[in-house]
Amino acid sequence: METITSIKPLLAVLVSLVAVIPIVASGSKPNLREGWTFLAGFVKFGLVVSMVPLVLGGTIIEYTLAEPLPGLAIQFRVDAMGMLFALVSSSLWIITSAYSIGYMRGLSEHSQTRYFSFFAIALSATIGVAFSANLFTMYLFYEMLSLATYPLVTHHQDDEARISGRKYLTYILGTSIGLVLPAMLIIYSLTGTLDFAAQGILPIGLSKSTVAVLLLMCVFGFAKAGIMPFHGWLPAAMVAPTPVSALLHAVAVVKVGVFSIFRVITGIFGTNLLLSLNLGTVLCYIAAFTILTASLIALSQDGLKRRLAFSTIGQLSYIILGASLLSPKGQTGGLMHIAMHAFGKITLFMCAGAIFVATGKKYISEMVGIGKRMPVTMTAFLIGSLSVIGLPPTGGFISKWFLVLGTLEADQITMLVVLLGSSLLNAAYFLPVVYRAFFCTPEESMFEDKVQEAPLWCIVPLVITAIVSVGLFFFPQPFFNLASMAVQTITGG
Amino acid sequence: MSFAEQAPVLLVIIPLLSALLVNMVGLINRRYCLPVAVTGILGSLTASVITLIRVMENGVISYRLGGWPPPFGIEYVIDHLNGLVLVTISFVSLLAVIFSKESIKKELPEKIPQFYTLFVLLVTGLLGMTVTGDAFNLYVLLEISALTGYALIAMGDNRALVASFNYIILGTIGASFYLLGVGHLYIMTGSLNMGDLLTILPRLYTLNVVFIALLLILTGTWIKMAFFPMHGWLPNAYTYAPSAAGCLVAPLVTKVSVYIMIRIMLSVFSPLYVYNIAGLSETIVWMAVIAILSGSILALAQTDFKKMLTYLIVAEVGYMVGGAWLASSAGLTGAILHIVNDALMTLCLFIFAGIVIYKRGGHQLQDLAGLYKKMPVTMAAFTVGALSMIGVPPTAGFFSKWYLILGAIDAGRYHFMAALLFSSLVNAILFFRVIEIAYFEPKIDHHGGETENIVVDEAPLSMLVPLIIVALSLIVIGLYSGDIVTNIIQHSVPQGL
Amino acid sequence: MPSIISDYNYWIYILLMMIGLYAMLAKNNLVKKVIGMSIFQTAIIIFYVSISAKEHATIPIIAHHGAAEAAIDVAHYANPLPHVLMLTAIVVSVGTLGVALALCLGIYRRYNSLEEDEIQEQLQ
Repeated sequence: METITSIKPLLAVLVSLVAVIPIVASGSKPNLREGWTFLAGFVKFGLVVSMVPLVLGGTIIEYTLAEPLPGLAIQFRVDAMGMLFALVSSSLWIITSAYSIGYMRGLSEHSQTRYFSFFAIALSATIGVAFSANLFTMYLFYEMLSLATYPLVTHHQDDEARISGRKYLTYILGTSIGLVLPAMLIIYSLTGTLDFAAQGILPIGLSKSTVAVLLLMCVFGFAKAGIMPFHGWLPAAMVAPTPVSALLHAVAVVKVGVFSIFRVITGIFGTNLLLSLNLGTVLCYIAAFTILTASLIALSQDGLKRRLAFSTIGQLSYIILGASLLSPKGQTGGLMHIAMHAFGKITLFMCAGAIFVATGKKYISEMVGIGKRMPVTMTAFLIGSLSVIGLPPTGGFISKWFLVLGTLEADQITMLVVLLGSSLLNAAYFLPVVYRAFFCTPEESMFEDKVQEAPLWCIVPLVITAIVSVGLFFFPQPFFNLASMAVQTITGG
Repeated sequence: MSFAEQAPVLLVIIPLLSALLVNMVGLINRRYCLPVAVTGILGSLTASVITLIRVMENGVISYRLGGWPPPFGIEYVIDHLNGLVLVTISFVSLLAVIFSKESIKKELPEKIPQFYTLFVLLVTGLLGMTVTGDAFNLYVLLEISALTGYALIAMGDNRALVASFNYIILGTIGASFYLLGVGHLYIMTGSLNMGDLLTILPRLYTLNVVFIALLLILTGTWIKMAFFPMHGWLPNAYTYAPSAAGCLVAPLVTKVSVYIMIRIMLSVFSPLYVYNIAGLSETIVWMAVIAILSGSILALAQTDFKKMLTYLIVAEVGYMVGGAWLASSAGLTGAILHIVNDALMTLCLFIFAGIVIYKRGGHQLQDLAGLYKKMPVTMAAFTVGALSMIGVPPTAGFFSKWYLILGAIDAGRYHFMAALLFSSLVNAILFFRVIEIAYFEPKIDHHGGETENIVVDEAPLSMLVPLIIVALSLIVIGLYSGDIVTNIIQHSVPQGL
Repeated sequence: MPSIISDYNYWIYILLMMIGLYAMLAKNNLVKKVIGMSIFQTAIIIFYVSISAKEHATIPIIAHHGAAEAAIDVAHYANPLPHVLMLTAIVVSVGTLGVALALCLGIYRRYNSLEEDEIQEQLQ
């Protein structure tokens, strides 16, 4: 495996950061301002894509930015796992930016310049996490993301936003400073380094309880992954404008959380160490608990965004489950679910936002018969639901398939039951929404019969992601290739 | 007889003479006071930087006043530790004096010459304390800076007089304890020169007198640095002082007292005695833990923004004392790095407080409403300072916390680590409370279609520029922490800790 | 070590220090606190001066009349160094006294009282 040095990772991170300056400068000319966002998005995506062939060919791209502490550098390393995540985030940023335009203008939201600026910074941080070479760099960008998303979550600046903002920070900053920071320091004092390595960096001979404590500190510390009981910020953060919810809480923020946990499990602790100490099972049960509980709570939610939020909490733990199975197929499934879930969930969130822009409705009970008025949106919603449930012909089926195979490989039949059971639950809380939207009598319907969709800027993005969700079933590469490659490094290296 | 060779003493003499000049010039026209003060401090900044560079190239510098050899004469000794602190003091003083331009015009228009005289004298005292290698000379300069400090603080608004009076009582007790401790050392060794004491004392380590001397000096410096529970003078004194005085006193006086403690620990009593023989580490680290917790909790209870900051200073002092007494090299490195970082962070926050007072007239938490819209640049700089206090990378505060926690883990003192983490979380609560008020209030219903017409009304340039420089330096120093540690601090931390 | 007269000087200075400390912390009147501070500092000055005394020693001034240029026996002269240090300390303590009294004056002008409890009341 060859390693080359290139400034591309740093550029990919910096593009959106630098773009903030022209965005702020052109604040009074909305079209120009949005143009900068798109430009940055395409450049970022382009940079990321340009590195894909190298990574698929087995090369690793490295770049060291600075070394604030002796032995601890802010360093980027682009490998298969990071590339997968970066591809997802950078492509979806472009889509969400388009969607944001439709949403924010449709509702005449205030402070749009601030919104787009912090969105750009948040994406910078996300790519930074994706390309981090060591735990310190990842922590730095993780915190940067927490802070950059605060103005986005509290965008409406009313009392509700203030309380949600507090909840957001309490859960996310509280766990990262209270759990991740000490864990990181203890690991550093034990090993002298924080670089991610193929088989983990912890020395042999550590007691099981030490490793277990550190592992739990890390897993619960990255509260962005929404593992219970530190999931409370996710539903609270739904007060944000829907594009924020869409990208950040279905794709970037939460995926940063699970990605970090995935990295720590594989790169700091190492699959072999965890297998030998039998700690994978503990994690599986923690993940399973979240999956089932979240799915059950989702059933009881009438607010569409809240239902989607709890669905996300459950789906995130699928990814953690994949990592915790400590088996190649399971981990492949987990990594692919990062991508599949992202496309599926963002479709669902964008549909929710489109419904709000077009009709002002937020509650599922009010959405009877809406399929007649917004057929395109609801069809996309259907496709997104199928992907999240994990039915063919959507991409979600592929990742769930691998997860199921992973449970068999790891001899965790209980987890197999959990997976199948939660899929049923997913169907139970999604399909009725679609059913009542399309198939109901005209008396029950709350809407007139004419088609009145959301603005074009909202519809086109969600159609695109819905199509991609289907397309990923037929063409799961490059995510499949990247995931397999990553897993190969973890197990073979 | 080059400037570089005489720099060690020039960095004290230049401000001393400038103080005199400021006063004389003030009799003619008070508009010349500020430029003279700035020139004086700029002179000592140049001298400090030159001295630090020389120390980094050549090693420890020894300057004998009047050419008299120790122990007969007073010796100035500059090594990496005080070289770094000297540069910090002059840099912070320079930024504070530039800030003071508009602030003093508004708060103390009739007392400008007096203010600047005292200001520059205080800087002289601080620099002198740091550069000297003689224990008694340190006392003299300690009192010079203390007296000027008392007077500067007393110039503030109505509560300042009483606050300054309490300060003078407690501060004198502190300085006197220090003097007493030095006296005990003198009786036993016959010398006042720090280097001399280092060589003579080891024979006497088993004697009680040496231990008593250490305790007396420690108590004296603890009172001066407001180490809990001897912190009672600090909140009122720093809250009610004039803004510009606060910007000089708050970042520096307590930190220089911490430096004195470290200097006495390492260069007079030696690490061997302090960590292995005296047996005080455990107790002092526990005291530091209590200091951190009390400072943080008391800060939570405040509705006055400036007072909140002063309680945070009490907590930060706990960081440094605990770090120094951990008996681990990472801990000591963290404590020394934190001297620099905390000086900068405190300066950032106090300049911000000064700007708020200048614009809003008060320093209660409610006076901060709506500042993000009105003063975006100021708030951005404040946010950097707040993040540094919380300990978010890549600001400087994160890196000194890193070393301190690492030191706590190395020394097995997990309660200190817990206190540091607790303090970070409390700081997060405190500063986000401020950020919330500045961001969310006054409440406007955005969905009601009201548009806000906020006119951006930034602070005057002479206040804004130092603030921006400090905020930037917090990030730059954060990123270069490793270099500072390897090139400067590492040389002062004794091996084998 | 030069011979010391006896240990009672230590007890005296401790007693004086405690009186000063008590006055500073427990007395209500500000001027009494200042006096206490003065006593405290004086106690330390006395301590230093006392340690410079030696048995049968005289003041450390050398007479330069003709034949007295002979060798100087150190044990005949009291230690001048603490005296000199204490001159500095006395100056410092006078300065401190001055500042403290100036503060008292300012406080009196502002609050019309020098009693701590009355001032505290006015501050509330």
